[in-house]
Amino acid sequence: MFLINCPFCGEREQSEFKAGGEAHIVRPKQPTELSDDQWAEYLFMRKNIKGIQFERWNHIHGCRKWFNMVRDTSNDEIKAVYKMGEKPPVK
Amino acid sequence: MTKNLRVKSSKLVDETYRISFKFNGTTYYGFKGDTLASALLANNIHLVGRSFKYHRPRGIMTAGSEEPNAIVQLHNGTSRTEPNVRATEIEIYEGLVASSQNCWPSVKFDIGGINNFLSPLLPAGFYYKTFMWPASFWEKYEYFIRKSAGLGKSPEVPDPDIYEHKYIHCDVLIIGAGISGIIAAKTAAKNGFKTLLVEEKSYLGGSTIYQDSEFFKINNQSTASWLEKEINEIKKIENLEIKTRTSVAAFHGYNFLLARENLIDHLPLEQRENKTRQKLLKIRAKKVITATGSIERPLIFDNNDRPGILLSSAVKKYADLFGVACGEKNILFTNNDSAYETAISLIQKGIKVQAIIDNREEVDSKLIKETEKNNIKIYKGYTIVDTFGYKRINSVSIMKLSQDGQKVIGSKENISCDSLGISGGWTPAVHLFTQSGGKLKFRNDDQVFIPNTYPSNQISIGSCNGDFTLDEILMNALKLLKEFLNIKKTEYENIELYSAFNKSKRNIWLLPSNKIVGKTKSFVDFQNDATAKDIKLALREGFRSIEHVKRYTTTGMGTDQGKLGNMHALGIISETASSKMGELGTTTFRPPYTPLTFGTIVGRNVGKYFDIIRKTPIHEWHVKNKAEFENVGQWKRAWYYPQNGENMHQAVQRESKAARDSAGILDASTLGKIDIQGTDASEFLNRVYTNAWSKLEIGKCRYGLMLNEDGMVYDDGVTTRLDENHYIMTTTTGGAATVLNKMEDYLQTEWPELDVYLTSVTDHYATISICGPNSKKIIQKVIPEIDLSDKDFPHMSFKNSKIGKMKCRVMRISFTGEQSYEINIQANYAKSVWENCMEAGKEFNITPYGTETMHLLRAEKGFIIVGQDTDATMTPIDLQMDWIVSKKKFDFIGKRSLYRSDTIREDRKQLVGLITDNPKEILEEGAQIVADINKTPIEMLGHVTSSYFSPNLNKSIALGVIKGGKNMMGQKLIIPMEKKLINVTVTDPVFLDKENKRLNA
Amino acid sequence: MKNKYSIFSLIKNAFSYHENWEKAWKDPEPKKEYDVIIIGGGGHGLATAYYLAKKHNMRKIAVVEKGWIGGGNTGRNTTIIRSNYLWDASAGLYDHALKIWEGLSQELNYNVMFSQRGVMNLAHNLQDVRDLKRRTHANRLNGIDAVYLNTEEVKKFCPIINTSPDIRYPVLGGTLQKRAGTARHDAVAWGYARGADEMGVDIIQNCEVKGIKRNGDAIEGIETTKGFIKTNKIGVVAAGHSSVIANMAGLRLPLESKPLQALVSEPVKPIIDTVVMSNAVHAYVSQSDKGELVIGAGTDDYVSYSQKGSHDIVEGTLNAILELYPIFSRMRMLRQWGGIVDICPDASPIISKTSIKGLYFNCGWGTGGFKATPGSGDLFAHTIANDEPHKLNAAFNLNRFVSGDLVDEHGAAAVAH
Repeated sequence: MFLINCPFCGEREQSEFKAGGEAHIVRPKQPTELSDDQWAEYLFMRKNIKGIQFERWNHIHGCRKWFNMVRDTSNDEIKAVYKMGEKPPVK
Repeated sequence: MTKNLRVKSSKLVDETYRISFKFNGTTYYGFKGDTLASALLANNIHLVGRSFKYHRPRGIMTAGSEEPNAIVQLHNGTSRTEPNVRATEIEIYEGLVASSQNCWPSVKFDIGGINNFLSPLLPAGFYYKTFMWPASFWEKYEYFIRKSAGLGKSPEVPDPDIYEHKYIHCDVLIIGAGISGIIAAKTAAKNGFKTLLVEEKSYLGGSTIYQDSEFFKINNQSTASWLEKEINEIKKIENLEIKTRTSVAAFHGYNFLLARENLIDHLPLEQRENKTRQKLLKIRAKKVITATGSIERPLIFDNNDRPGILLSSAVKKYADLFGVACGEKNILFTNNDSAYETAISLIQKGIKVQAIIDNREEVDSKLIKETEKNNIKIYKGYTIVDTFGYKRINSVSIMKLSQDGQKVIGSKENISCDSLGISGGWTPAVHLFTQSGGKLKFRNDDQVFIPNTYPSNQISIGSCNGDFTLDEILMNALKLLKEFLNIKKTEYENIELYSAFNKSKRNIWLLPSNKIVGKTKSFVDFQNDATAKDIKLALREGFRSIEHVKRYTTTGMGTDQGKLGNMHALGIISETASSKMGELGTTTFRPPYTPLTFGTIVGRNVGKYFDIIRKTPIHEWHVKNKAEFENVGQWKRAWYYPQNGENMHQAVQRESKAARDSAGILDASTLGKIDIQGTDASEFLNRVYTNAWSKLEIGKCRYGLMLNEDGMVYDDGVTTRLDENHYIMTTTTGGAATVLNKMEDYLQTEWPELDVYLTSVTDHYATISICGPNSKKIIQKVIPEIDLSDKDFPHMSFKNSKIGKMKCRVMRISFTGEQSYEINIQANYAKSVWENCMEAGKEFNITPYGTETMHLLRAEKGFIIVGQDTDATMTPIDLQMDWIVSKKKFDFIGKRSLYRSDTIREDRKQLVGLITDNPKEILEEGAQIVADINKTPIEMLGHVTSSYFSPNLNKSIALGVIKGGKNMMGQKLIIPMEKKLINVTVTDPVFLDKENKRLNA
Repeated sequence: MKNKYSIFSLIKNAFSYHENWEKAWKDPEPKKEYDVIIIGGGGHGLATAYYLAKKHNMRKIAVVEKGWIGGGNTGRNTTIIRSNYLWDASAGLYDHALKIWEGLSQELNYNVMFSQRGVMNLAHNLQDVRDLKRRTHANRLNGIDAVYLNTEEVKKFCPIINTSPDIRYPVLGGTLQKRAGTARHDAVAWGYARGADEMGVDIIQNCEVKGIKRNGDAIEGIETTKGFIKTNKIGVVAAGHSSVIANMAGLRLPLESKPLQALVSEPVKPIIDTVVMSNAVHAYVSQSDKGELVIGAGTDDYVSYSQKGSHDIVEGTLNAILELYPIFSRMRMLRQWGGIVDICPDASPIISKTSIKGLYFNCGWGTGGFKATPGSGDLFAHTIANDEPHKLNAAFNLNRFVSGDLVDEHGAAAVAH
């Protein structure tokens, strides 16, 4: 059970949060111009990294804000959290 | 046989308080403070159970939670019976009834004991090699295997006890109240940390609390009396909470720990009613200090499992703490000094020590000298090669060890005994540390694994950190504490220590024997009957990793999880395979540390608290009017309202007819309602729905369909434009939360530039839907001030209004195809407005209807239900709802996915209507649809999604999805049921009022 | 077979105190080159190697495993085997596996303890009932032995389920597949390993793949902790870590690796002799031959390779268990553990060629891969040997994520109005 430092509320129990998958996958601005392959890439393909991953979390049972997290998926160590739209911290 | 082996006064038991209990049908007596094990030993009973595989007689081996053998069934009546309880952990209480497990007819004469004689045929993994012939017979063999496996019996009736959860946040958590835990607790608390000290036993002080001799001293007092004073002192510290009978089960990441606090299991049965049995403590600690001590190692030699063989430390504990002698002729067998501590305790209590067998050749310490002074024969450089006595040990054979310890030499000597204490040194209890993600290192000197790197803010102190002598324990603990708590000094700076213990140890994992290993039974896992030869067999067969050996031999997989023997298994592997200890790794210590009751894990969330129940504000009315309810997500929805003994079919037929003939009323409050505001609200709806919203006039309603990004229908509902920048969206009942979450996600992460605010108002408003030709008249009666003329208030529009002083919103929308109005009213007024409607509708035979009738009515009109007529594979095009998919819009969620090679296929499954040849025949929802019943393999074209008997059309109707269904109108198809074939015709899905005349009727 | 297992060989060996058993498999060092290398020594990987040798006459085969064989999800799952899947493609795949299971102990001469004690799936709401009936009808027409049971029949088949109408989500019915059941997970890996080894497959343990060497669009070999090994064909069956291997080859897969937890109780005498699964009230339970209740929990929602999940998941699962089996309240959890499952968006597996010639993936089994082990191995072997999928795994290609032709086994998406 992680202890997550919500950038808006501070440290809270993991139970208050929901994970939202890989971060920084920008929704294409003009989906209709993409090939099926390109669209599939956006829709389904994931880095699924073992190691340092940038990912989205939602403080769903709290402030309901989405934010980003840097986490080592090999040992679940949370390295940093930052707000949506902010630049990811450099590794 | 029955003897009293109680010796003079002891630390823990209260000899003025006698308790009677039953074991295997016989009544015995013990004292308050006894465990079941100590009380049985006091009655000279060692034989407690039978082993898992060979059904060998087994006795009490330890005095703690590491006990592998002495596990019993506790009775306490049928509802409180409990299997596999360790006799060493049960504090006896008046009325205790326990019995041996895994034996029949009795523990003394067990038919299963035949397995011991068949054991040559039952080596590790024998079941993988046999029971394969004849091929179909495995389940028959298995039946008998299953019967003979298992240990105790599961309860067969529900548990009447109460369990609870408690969250604890503390600065410092200390696990274990032995000497190092006590000094840590005092130091932390006195330095201002909010401290919690938990101890699995009922008393504080660990093994030091009964270390009462001149050989171990602190500040010139015996360690026991020094520690007693410390304990009395810490009990008074305000910011220190102490919990006994509290065992830490799991140490997770981020210093999140689970502990079980046992509250009533030690009380007489009649004092337990209505009390919480156990609490699961969910502890989040800023700092954790693990002081869990160490577990004594057994020694591995032939027949080392007989009743009467105990760990040497257990023999000492039973004598010192419980005042019980484990036998009258005790032998101790050791590879280190610990057994001499036991010997001295026994001598002090006047219990006879027959001999000490020490595998060390040259040994010298104050403890040994003291023992020798008492004329106890010490066999130095010897090992036990065999033991005798079926149900209780009666003698041992010893032989001299060779110089290198690899073999035995000389001749055998027999010594009689009735109890044997064994000591193979100590294993630090690093289980919790490794659970937390900590990494171990191997210390070669004394062959132990100790903590190396910590993954979180924690330390280990005391013997769980590999410090075994008094001065090591205290000096290292204090040093670590100062660093960890960031303090300059402790109260123990000038402490004076004296210990007579010498650390020398001669570690031999598998003691040599005069027999070949294949002829011996040297147990490594006592509960699962895994022996040294099993481990060697596994290695011989190519199972090299510790995990393979463990799984192949089942070593360490019993209810004690290998707390005694895992190290020996590793040792034997490393010796046999000539690999280095420490390079093999250890097996993973999986939580929980000791088994954790399901009830404790679940806490209060059982029975009616299993899951919350969501009820509409009108719920009580439905109950009063005898509605049957349907669970929809967490909601209770009125399903139908049977009258005068009607069954569901009859009720639904009546309700459906009334709704079309005159008026029906439905509680639609469970539909999700999301308030959407902001200058970009219209643009936002354009992006989340498939159709266009910008041009919707204020005061108008529109049906919308929502897709997932992969193009599949996800949710639907009517959204109303309340104002220029204000909409209210409805969603399906089950979809409300996910729709809101999804929209928030897009809004916050993809389109933060949009000025839109979303608020869930599902619970704030109730929705009362009235439909049918008389609905207008009823609404007019309920809301006299409103103009309901078709011109002023057409279908798909909305008005703000008032019922008395209560503000309401009225929408003219229809899910039944009838003229229909929905009143949205603040939830707390809903029941009275509903009652108003019923009163106003009386003259029109207004009929409440439930979800089943709603489903029927909408099916007559061919309206879909997301989740019933769709699964996650239907696009709007598949639903023949092309009209709702905007071709002009630049983009919306899921749009791109509609143009992939598979989603544009013409022969996808499409929604159609189905009419049975026999109008009375109602199809089964879920039934499959085929064209050619003779084709093999049979090709399923689709399935029936919705099916009803329509009282308004007087025939059965159904919706279904069929491959290429769009172009199959009029085609005959077959529904192959288990026992018959049903002929159907494909039709348009709209069965009633295709022209939508009834909307304005 | 050099060292055939039977009651007779047990008796014979008893006379020599079991000191003459041969190795179940050798532990060779890698050769310089193989015709095909399977990455991942779990049940699926070992089965793939076994069938490549047995049915496709390939000889120079290696299985490389970073730890010890069967140590991943093979040794961590709740061993449920069934084939009552909804879609034709899934039913075909899993029933193919089930048919192999039925003769597997004899084929491998290794008792995998496949026990056809039946698997029951419970319905707790009206949509569950529709979905289970739909599946049962489809199963029947696909020749799979599933039947629909009403509440009384559920109770009769498994009397300890709480079928009271008064519980929060009453049991409204269920399906039963009698041919379904459980097997001994370790034995499957070990049996295939022994069989493959006998046919000359090199099973190389403690050999971690560090890189995949490509020459343009073709495979040249793998870099491992035991050095470079040359090959033109690689089959990746590294459940949990599929994306890690894919990244080495410069591929991205539609996978997320998530923690999946399971637990067992202390062993007790037989109390439940079938497998009961409930989706709505999330609880799967069976009882092992040893007597432990084997309970499957759900996945967490975040990516993790730590083999640990959150306690909430375990608590929620036991919550559901006590709702359906209140008699288990005093039973105790003995062990709890986690595995890493890679999950596809449609909850169906990938057994497929890739854009790189000679590189094949078998992954995405999510929470249910164990049951498919023999079928998966057989079909993957076919795909690798022929560079073409078998018709039974054709639907499980990677291209479906581009075309949209998913095999969605999630079932119904939402709850009805």
